[in-house]
Amino acid sequence: MFSIAMKMLFHDRAKFVGLVLGVAFSTLLINQQLGIFIGLISRAGAVVVDVPEADIWVMDPGVKNLDTIFPLRDTELGRVRGVPGVAWAVPLFKSNVTIRTGNGELEASLLIGVDDTTLIGLPPQILMGNIDDLRRPDAVAVSEEGFRKVWRGQPISLGNVAELNDRRAVVVAIVKDSPKFTSSITFFTRYSQALQYTNNGRNQMSFIVAKAGVDQTPESVSANITARTGLKAMSSPAFRWKAIEYVIQNTGIPISIGTVVALGILVGIAVVGLMFNLFVLENLKQFAVLKAIGTSNLRLIGMVFLQAAVVGFVGFSVGLFGATMFFETAGKSPTFQGFFLPWYVAAGSGAVAAAIIVLAALFAMRRVLFVDPAIVFRG
Amino acid sequence: MTQSENAAIAIECRNVIKDFGSGNAKQRVLHGIDLDIPIGATTFLVGPSGCGKTTLISIIAGLLTATSGSVKILGSEITKMRGGRVVRFRANNLGFIFQQFNLLPSLSAVENAAVSLVVRGSTLASAKRQAGVLLDRLGMEKNKWKYPNQLSGGQQQRVAIARALVHNPRIVISDEPTASLDAETGHEVMELLREVASGVDRAVVVVTHDNRIFPFADYIATMSDGRIHTFQKNSINLSPNDASAEQR
Repeated sequence: MFSIAMKMLFHDRAKFVGLVLGVAFSTLLINQQLGIFIGLISRAGAVVVDVPEADIWVMDPGVKNLDTIFPLRDTELGRVRGVPGVAWAVPLFKSNVTIRTGNGELEASLLIGVDDTTLIGLPPQILMGNIDDLRRPDAVAVSEEGFRKVWRGQPISLGNVAELNDRRAVVVAIVKDSPKFTSSITFFTRYSQALQYTNNGRNQMSFIVAKAGVDQTPESVSANITARTGLKAMSSPAFRWKAIEYVIQNTGIPISIGTVVALGILVGIAVVGLMFNLFVLENLKQFAVLKAIGTSNLRLIGMVFLQAAVVGFVGFSVGLFGATMFFETAGKSPTFQGFFLPWYVAAGSGAVAAAIIVLAALFAMRRVLFVDPAIVFRG
Repeated sequence: MTQSENAAIAIECRNVIKDFGSGNAKQRVLHGIDLDIPIGATTFLVGPSGCGKTTLISIIAGLLTATSGSVKILGSEITKMRGGRVVRFRANNLGFIFQQFNLLPSLSAVENAAVSLVVRGSTLASAKRQAGVLLDRLGMEKNKWKYPNQLSGGQQQRVAIARALVHNPRIVISDEPTASLDAETGHEVMELLREVASGVDRAVVVVTHDNRIFPFADYIATMSDGRIHTFQKNSINLSPNDASAEQR
């Protein structure tokens, strides 16, 4: 009976294609939008990700995210280092600077100042150059994407000179950093060098990054730091989520993307539900004939669900393929770096596609179950 | 007279009543039908349109539920069966030939003919083999892979007949089997049905207005206004033209 169900389904090619495209469109929209959403909000915590050596972030108690910072006094570093359980602590500087590009235009960029001695705070992946060269005067490392934006058309190379806030900066290394929310150009230099590129007032230290000691958890050490210094201290994952949470709660991104996702689901339900119902209606007499010649209701239910399942599977596969291709293709663009399709989004969209199909099948099922087989005897 | 003399009974209807609607809109369509269809014979059910013939055969087939009364088919009281039992009984014992053929447009001729076996659990492949043999017998060897929209009315009716007979049912219920056919094809169809009816433990019921095929009936039951008026052995013989057509 199931081979007959498939022949019925494929016979009406237009409707079959319409059903598949309905599920595919819904799947594509959900995956694409949620993938973009996750990639976008992940950028809010990118600076934290780029300092994998540290597992504790210390900041002014009023800080809620990575962009709105109140600098710490230099003496706080010593106080944090003195808290029991802290293996080490180093300063981290973060500020916006203006850079003049190779063709004379101005761009906003991010400047990260890392610990002079240990260079903790640099992204782990060095693409070109030697990070020890950062100890030279005016030495900076730049993100790969940042280099391409500042020196458009030029091959990636070392030795280029930039103007950061009207001061000279020489590129000695190219690094691979996590894409940021606000700017794609990030410069890294020593903490002491970074202070010379900016003039942010008496206190300059943006964060203190630290490591919990052996047999200590970052959470317990963070609590210790807060208790003893009055500063806000959080584990790296907690601070990263706090930054992401801030974006979710204070921007229109979740509503905007959430609306598109919801529309994708509704359109999927409406289109697939309507078309599947039409498909069953148009084949109702066939179902009545099958009933008349002895097909049980259970078998008919099985046929309808099989038809729905095939539509769902094919449509979901097409939609998922489209979404994957989107991220593969778009990901090649420098501005789209860091966007990807998480497996749990794909799995979730599969569950949504299954729900759409089950709803459509259930809606159409009642017509099949209640069709009067005696209609086959009527003209 | 409702009971044929000295004949075993294939279908026995006793005081079958069927009402449609309720309250003031209730309409009685069958008024206490008593009818015995003999085994080994072709019985025609004739009457004007709207007299209840289709309702009666729908109840006999288990596709409609009688308001009251009983119907026994080969000793099994179908009116007391519920749900899956009726469906299984229908699948195992009954074959249907519909006026409108009702072939499945998405299946080829041989697949359509095979459906009755598939419903009973055969695989499509083995059912197609059996159906193909029957279709060859019906003169469809060159057309069995075509789809219904590629077949003439007569060819479609042959496929419908093959579907009704492929699983060797004991009772064949046929609703206007020759309505869309020319005289020659209609005669061929009726010959085949008469051959089926002649088997032991078999019976064929034909609902028809087509008086061209009356000579093929063993018994004729006349109906009007939801009642059986007469049931008698057929006295209409084949005309000389029909007889010479048979010889050809």
